[in-house]
Amino acid sequence: MATMKFMCDAERCIECNGCVTACKNANEVEWGIQRRRVVTLNDGEPTEVSISVACMHCDDAPCIAVCPTETLFKRDDGIVLHDKDMCIGCGYCLYACPFGAPQFPGTEAFGERGKMDKCTFCAGGPADSKEEEYEKYGANRIDEGKLPLCAEMCSTKALIAGDAQTVADIFRKRVVQRGHKDGAWSSTQRVGPQTSMDNLAFDATRQE
Amino acid sequence: MLTHNACLALGRRLTLLLLLVTSLLLAGQALAQSAGTEGELATAVPPVDAEIWRQVKSGENFIDTRHDSTYNLVNPSGETWRQIRNRWVSPFGLIAVGGMAALILMFYLIVGRKDLQEPRSGRKLLRWSTLERALHWTVATLFVVLALTGLNLLYGKFVFNPLLGDAVWAAMMSGTKLLHNYLGPIFGFLLIVILAKFLKKNIPDKTDWEWFKKGGGLIGKEHVDAHFANGGEKAWFWLLATAGVLVIASGLVMDFPNYGQSRDTMQWANVIHSLGALALTAVSLGHIYIGTIGTEGALEGMTTGYVDETWAKEHHNLWYEEVKDQAVTPDPSTEGHHKGQATHPPGTPG
Repeated sequence: MATMKFMCDAERCIECNGCVTACKNANEVEWGIQRRRVVTLNDGEPTEVSISVACMHCDDAPCIAVCPTETLFKRDDGIVLHDKDMCIGCGYCLYACPFGAPQFPGTEAFGERGKMDKCTFCAGGPADSKEEEYEKYGANRIDEGKLPLCAEMCSTKALIAGDAQTVADIFRKRVVQRGHKDGAWSSTQRVGPQTSMDNLAFDATRQE
Repeated sequence: MLTHNACLALGRRLTLLLLLVTSLLLAGQALAQSAGTEGELATAVPPVDAEIWRQVKSGENFIDTRHDSTYNLVNPSGETWRQIRNRWVSPFGLIAVGGMAALILMFYLIVGRKDLQEPRSGRKLLRWSTLERALHWTVATLFVVLALTGLNLLYGKFVFNPLLGDAVWAAMMSGTKLLHNYLGPIFGFLLIVILAKFLKKNIPDKTDWEWFKKGGGLIGKEHVDAHFANGGEKAWFWLLATAGVLVIASGLVMDFPNYGQSRDTMQWANVIHSLGALALTAVSLGHIYIGTIGTEGALEGMTTGYVDETWAKEHHNLWYEEVKDQAVTPDPSTEGHHKGQATHPPGTPG
């Protein structure tokens, strides 16, 4: 079974916000909610770098672990979805999420958050009909054999989506090609002896 | 023949030339490739170092295209909060509440109810006024509802979701959240009122120290001196006045997320809220036990407002000394209604 992942190549992201727009349009996300955002560090400086962030569909998702109603769940292909009928708007997923992915409309009385919304990897969510699914969660492109629209429309192919192994392979090729001294993944499965490829791996503990 | 040889020589030369050109081309390509790598490295995004990771976590030098977003790129406190909540608060809260329930059950089975040692005199003393009883039972009902809904928010998914199925569970949880979030502020307000009302009776003094040293009468056989409120009751009062107020304050922080408080603030509010509330829930079991099946004659004080003289003498002897001349003999025809309250002299406690 494939494990679906997003990956944003900071080397390529030009902060065009095409992914943000594509997402809003594909999923008809409600007003005030933006499932994907582009974050820029050191804006305007020579070291400026941008990255597109949404739900990263974590393997050990903190949102699922803390949700008191089991609104959040993981599909077999690693996509983390949410069930709007279960959500009570407590906000715990937001407290726990490393990426600020869960958002709430917050338009109800007395400061109630309302039902949580987040990136679905364009895989919709639990509903009785296609129409209801689209209404609640937006597009189910995965069902149609397509990848998330944000990644499909990325003009520089900075944002890639798909099976983790494929995504990792694409990125690894890029890193080998451009010879970045510190910016690749090795493999999602680290088995066997260290190879020269492993030395290209990004290691947060190794400081320059 | 000559021409043939010449042709062969030409062929060899051409082959040589071709080889030369090919190798040159290959070498050139290799050269170009390495130059490209150098070139890319020179303009590449700087390597991710400790400084970048610090920025990523702190939200410094950072812009976000999302409307109204105050979120940094990576929220490192989320995992800390998850670990505190799921690995510490949740299991130890269950141990505290469940352990307390088990201790009380054991105490009841082994020691049993604390009966009055003398027979009832039949003469009654007013202990709790109508307003005090109304406040107590309102706060008590709200407390029980909030405790049950709170426990459901923390542990319900392990019990009721598999038991009831998604549809019933979803309705149950949305009801739970509505009750918890809307009754919470009412409870908070009334708790402050009741604390203010009972404050005077709960100022600690020397007798409380003695009361605690003797374990509230558990150690030894004799009764321990106590005013209107004994040491244990005062401890419960001050627990509510401290932990209870913290629980209310932290609850309001989470209940109204529309004032721009940060995720980190709400994480801490949640930890304080759940720790305080679980402690209060555990201790409240003791309060409920002592006030109902644990002590003969205690519950009628809070239901009818009156306690028997004998009960007052045995449990609150110093208070009894102050008010013993105000004891009334209820009219048997109105027994249980205590109309006698109207004829009660003014200035009685409460």
